[in-house]
Amino acid sequence: MTRNADMEQVAGDFYAENFAKDASEGSLILNLGPQHPSTHGVLRVLVELDGEYVLRAEPVIGYLHRMHEKMAEVKTAAQYIPNMGRVDYGHAIAWNWAFVGAVERLAGIEVPPRAEYVRVITCELNRIASHLLWWGAYLLDLGAFTPIMYAFDDREKILDILQSPTGARLTFSYFRIGGVARDLDEDCVKAIREFIPWMRSRLPMYKEFVSDNIILRRRIEGVGVFEPDLCRRYGATGPVSRGSGLAYDVRRDEPYSVYPKLDFVVPTSDLMDARGRYDVRMEEMAQSLNIIESCLDQMPEGDTLVKGAPKPSWKVPKGETYFAVEGGRGKIGVHLVSDGGKNMYRVKLRSPSYSNLSLFAEASRGTLLADAVAILGSLDLIIPEIDR
Amino acid sequence: MPTELIRILISLVAFAAAVGLIALVMVWVERKVCGHIQRRPGPYEVGPWGLLQPLADALKLMGKQLVMPDQADPFLYWLAPILVFVPVLLLYLPLPVGDGLYALDINLGVLLIIAFAGFTGLSMILGGWAQNNKYALLGAARTVSQSVAYEIPMLLSVLAVCFVSGSLNMAAVVKEQGTWPWNWNVMTQPLAFVIYIVSALGETNRAPFDLPEAESELTAGYHTEYSGMGFGMFFLAEYANMIVVASVATVLFLGGWQGPVLPGPLWFLLKVSLLVLLFVFFRWTYPRVRFDQLLNINWKWLMPLAVANLALTAFFVKVAQYAFVK
Repeated sequence: MTRNADMEQVAGDFYAENFAKDASEGSLILNLGPQHPSTHGVLRVLVELDGEYVLRAEPVIGYLHRMHEKMAEVKTAAQYIPNMGRVDYGHAIAWNWAFVGAVERLAGIEVPPRAEYVRVITCELNRIASHLLWWGAYLLDLGAFTPIMYAFDDREKILDILQSPTGARLTFSYFRIGGVARDLDEDCVKAIREFIPWMRSRLPMYKEFVSDNIILRRRIEGVGVFEPDLCRRYGATGPVSRGSGLAYDVRRDEPYSVYPKLDFVVPTSDLMDARGRYDVRMEEMAQSLNIIESCLDQMPEGDTLVKGAPKPSWKVPKGETYFAVEGGRGKIGVHLVSDGGKNMYRVKLRSPSYSNLSLFAEASRGTLLADAVAILGSLDLIIPEIDR
Repeated sequence: MPTELIRILISLVAFAAAVGLIALVMVWVERKVCGHIQRRPGPYEVGPWGLLQPLADALKLMGKQLVMPDQADPFLYWLAPILVFVPVLLLYLPLPVGDGLYALDINLGVLLIIAFAGFTGLSMILGGWAQNNKYALLGAARTVSQSVAYEIPMLLSVLAVCFVSGSLNMAAVVKEQGTWPWNWNVMTQPLAFVIYIVSALGETNRAPFDLPEAESELTAGYHTEYSGMGFGMFFLAEYANMIVVASVATVLFLGGWQGPVLPGPLWFLLKVSLLVLLFVFFRWTYPRVRFDQLLNINWKWLMPLAVANLALTAFFVKVAQYAFVK
């Protein structure tokens, strides 16, 4: 008893104090994070435990806040592109696209056809890399150490491919207002063509060895059931809402670029649990491969950057617009306001991880601690994207 | 009596040295095997094929500062790592490594091992409690329910073998089995063997049952705050325990040191190594089970099966007695 009393004397900070006010008798308040292996960065989750059961959980965010939105107000549009690669290191190219797309929509810039295809190819490659990163890290959360090594083996191939046109491996700043920085050369196209069958041969192996494993199935089936209503209330998008049967995909429902010309399925799952979200992401990788393949077949010759593309000092015309793309984690939205001055007036970044995280407090109530970790992992959070 | 005491003391020193050495080899094997499972070479910089890597790691651990958190209980905090390791050495006493090659010829050898194995769980609880850390406390709480639960089916499966052999003396159990695999107890008691291996994984906290130290949930579980050799002792004890459970499985189920052509101790080592390798494979290929599932496996599957197996064994042993011995 005395030892527990000692523990309570360490009151903690503002959040912990407020969280403790509603604590029930005899419960244990635990800080998961900001430094914790399964929060993938600096997310902090306050949990109130009764034994192994989570009574309440509350995410505390802001440990990786980097003022991306404020920085937009002191930069010109072209200078702001590198920031986008750093918002979400998992699917950096989608953020590139969201911002560049917003500027193009406001300024009415037409992107050359080849550039559109190059954008889709790189974005989808990056999406596969993002899902592979999630897959490996999620299984690490569930105590399986090996899959991440295989996932990174495949991811490495994608990064090698993306390295040649973009010059980066993680925080891509590849898109330009009016196109992309560099065309895909012949070697790069060849490497992508070789990668597609390779990845297609890997996915069944992952299914056989990992997805169908009985321990894994018991860990994720029926865990973290999100009713469609829960997803709608919190604005969850991407694989999280598609795992609950909501077939919402920005690529199909608010089409942009050449996606309407491409044939792909939006995978959904009616399971609504962590298994559903898992299956959706695994299927999305296969769909992305299809998209890339048909893009390579359809891709025309031509420029990849519009003539007279904006220079760094170029001013965004006065106005206000919104542009959304489908990122690895869900709907990435950029709300851009410009007063016609040198810098943009306001940029609001709508990040999917933020909305997806917000349902965690409700979804984790009453689960086991290990399940809470499994639910947190199944949301596929990228912490810098939450805090921006 | 004094000669026996001297014999025990000498063996304990030998065991301490052997366990240290075997643990180093085990660390190397574990890292190499895990490396190759994960399509990477594993350690290869220090010494040929990285053989000296565990030695370098051990030296690094010894050189590290021993840190104790504020408000921890100093006595219990330092007692736990010692208490986790010392009883492990006693577990080796009744193990017959070869024909007549054992430290202590005791009629209750199996019982001695089962009894002293409980110390590991105890010291984990002490360590987890003394650290004044919530993660460690949760890890300790998990250790309690896990080791208590898994000791029972383990004991029951071991008892089944002892019924068949009619002895708790390990040397006698080995002698009772023959040279060839079909003479071994694993043939007459396959269910007990499977139950034993699963409970052994639970008892030694090896993946997929490594819940007391589940690092994705509890950072490092019961040894969260330990640094340097404090952690090193827990680490060493884990490997030493693995070898004990593998040795007991070898003695009880796989004919101990018996085998064709090769000398006894070599057979013993070979069988133990194979079992330990199996444990290593389990760890690097399976996800971790959840805590309630872990207990369900035990109470709903292992326990009834072990009890049924024991009852059947007892029945057949008795019938056999009537039929043949009279």
